[in-house]
Amino acid sequence: MFSKKALFALFTSLLMLSMALSACGPTATQAPVVPEKTEAPEATEAPEATEAPAAAQEVEVFSWWTGGGEAAGLDAMIVVFNGMYPDIDFINSAVAGGAGTNARAVLATRLQAGDPPDSWQGHAGQELIGTYVAGNQLEPLNDLYEANGWLDVMPETLIPLISDNSNIYSVPVNIHRANVLWYNPAILEANGVEVPTDLDSWFAAMDTLQAADVIPLALGEQWTQMHLLETVLLSSLGNDAYNGLWDGSTDWSSPEVTAALEDFQKVLTYTNADAASLSWQDAAQLVVDGDAAFNVMGDWAEGFFRELGKEPEVDYGWAAVPGTEGTFQFLSDSFVLAAGAPHPDSAVAWLTVAGSKEGQEAFNPVKGSICARTDCDPALFGVYLQSAMDDWSSNVVVGSLTHGVVANDSWKSSIDTALGLFLADPNIENFQSALVAACVESGPCK
Amino acid sequence: MIKNKDKYVAIALVTPSIIAVGIFVYGFIAWSVRVSLSAWKGLLPDYTWAGFQNYLNLFADPRFHIDIRNTLVFTIIFVFGSLILGLFMAILLDQGLPGENFFRNLFLFPMAISFIVTGVVWRWLMNPAEGSRMSGLNLLFDKIGLDFLINQWYTTPKWGMAAIALTAIWQMSGYMMALYLAGLRSVPEEIREAARVDGATELQIYSRIMLPYLQPVTLSAMIILGHISLKVFDLIIAVAGKQLALDVPAIYMWQTTFDGLFYWRGAAIGTLLLLSVSVLIIPYLIYTLRTETEL
Repeated sequence: MFSKKALFALFTSLLMLSMALSACGPTATQAPVVPEKTEAPEATEAPEATEAPAAAQEVEVFSWWTGGGEAAGLDAMIVVFNGMYPDIDFINSAVAGGAGTNARAVLATRLQAGDPPDSWQGHAGQELIGTYVAGNQLEPLNDLYEANGWLDVMPETLIPLISDNSNIYSVPVNIHRANVLWYNPAILEANGVEVPTDLDSWFAAMDTLQAADVIPLALGEQWTQMHLLETVLLSSLGNDAYNGLWDGSTDWSSPEVTAALEDFQKVLTYTNADAASLSWQDAAQLVVDGDAAFNVMGDWAEGFFRELGKEPEVDYGWAAVPGTEGTFQFLSDSFVLAAGAPHPDSAVAWLTVAGSKEGQEAFNPVKGSICARTDCDPALFGVYLQSAMDDWSSNVVVGSLTHGVVANDSWKSSIDTALGLFLADPNIENFQSALVAACVESGPCK
Repeated sequence: MIKNKDKYVAIALVTPSIIAVGIFVYGFIAWSVRVSLSAWKGLLPDYTWAGFQNYLNLFADPRFHIDIRNTLVFTIIFVFGSLILGLFMAILLDQGLPGENFFRNLFLFPMAISFIVTGVVWRWLMNPAEGSRMSGLNLLFDKIGLDFLINQWYTTPKWGMAAIALTAIWQMSGYMMALYLAGLRSVPEEIREAARVDGATELQIYSRIMLPYLQPVTLSAMIILGHISLKVFDLIIAVAGKQLALDVPAIYMWQTTFDGLFYWRGAAIGTLLLLSVSVLIIPYLIYTLRTETEL
């Protein structure tokens, strides 16, 4: 009687314990490789070293490229990698989720647990530096750059933007441009408007269009408004003062910044009333559908226009955002080397491919972006991307705020909050003092 | 003796779940509270003591003011809207008309849908576009000549939150109807009969007899709706994405923690959310425990 009961109790409690343990399982299943091996390094020949004894080498690369042109581009680059390093198993640990929100949360969990992938994707610049370099999670890559001669094939003004204390921390694979003004050529022609080249001519053009009952500038949800803000700041302040915002040499409380914010406020008066309900695709589509004249969006919009079956230079035209001609406001996906990577040699091999001409020429035409290198073959790219390649190798390069180049995550999120408050209650003075506070709290300002 | 052994078995049986709940619920609550009092900003844990200044900062944060206002607007409209509409539908169904089964299911169906699906559908319905791009409900109003009803829905300045509350009412009022209908059906028929014999009108029967009878149902319903509205997150994200005009504490918590790496602030918001839900739940638990022991 008693023993039966005890047995039952034992069995049930084991069952419940296993349920309790499996409840904390999900995080573990996110990481496809690596069952407990944090301490024991590979070399010690632990008999437990489980998976695939045939391929002694492997590299785990973490990204949020799980669909569309991005995933196809990554696959193309993996083919190049397998060709150059047939001995290394490539483990693709991609986590789905828009712009990497989920992937970054998973990555943070793994890093906090001391279980880094060998290499991971991140927006080049402060998004990587402010988060992972500050957390001592990355190895500098200066040697790799020198060994491969990358300093000679990447724009000189790019390097400081992806470095911290002269240490380069990531290998940019692709380049997108943020300061692009897309326009509808037919609408401009019908209203006798020239493509504007500075803020004043842009305002004049939009006055004309507004009078003609066309939406002058198509705008979408909040992050696209931050994207617009960064291009207007660049246009109004100029390259040097814009760069100074991010290294502390431009005073956020200065009258120049006030004037730039007033420009931004004026630009907003030309936008559609339903901006908050539109995605960037919806807003960009207004231009090619003939509902709006202008849209400021990164050049991934071009891939979207092509998907819609629109013709470049017929259904849509492009120019630098007025007042930013000669400046290339960039953002980039890049890969890093983890400090304490389980397979450092394989990781370096992966980064070598990611920075190589072959790797970038495989990736970028599929993704719809240009190479970070300036020596890729233009024949592989369409007419818009060719013009972007010309600008990339000749323009001054500055970084994007919305896409992680110039400000760390905390700073950017504080600016986003300040912008949101401004949109809810348009008061320049409050906006500016919130921006000053954000720079003191998370930026270089004191 | 046997009885004693039973006791040991019982203790052995509940111990694992007590331990699991202790670690995974209460342990982590304690840990979150500790983080909320720390200076943790950035990727790696930093338990430097910052104390209650964190909470003072949060209360001085203009974004948090918007969150509190939005939560209040949402809670008031959603809770009272669902209760009133649910009661109204329950009273209609209680009249014993043909087709009751059909309508009861019809009203209850939205409950079966997730907030995400509701949100996406209502995002289309509540499209605020104007002119030739008009669509959804605004287009319907335009076609049937109810132009004065055309509005900006969830993009309305200051009151966009009310539109979100409407979608939540659509989803939850059927459930309230079910609760109220069960409550109405539990009122003994004799009492109604007696009231009628005494000359009470139907209106008086409902206001003097049925509603007092429904008080416990209303209390439970308010608790259920109240804690849903304090935690609302997915519905807003699905309808409006991340925009500050429609911010609530749960969204702020998510953004500031995972986009901005302000772990201290995320933990502080989480702690406040827990406290505000407890204010609702704990009196309710005490109330139910008392009534149960009385029975």
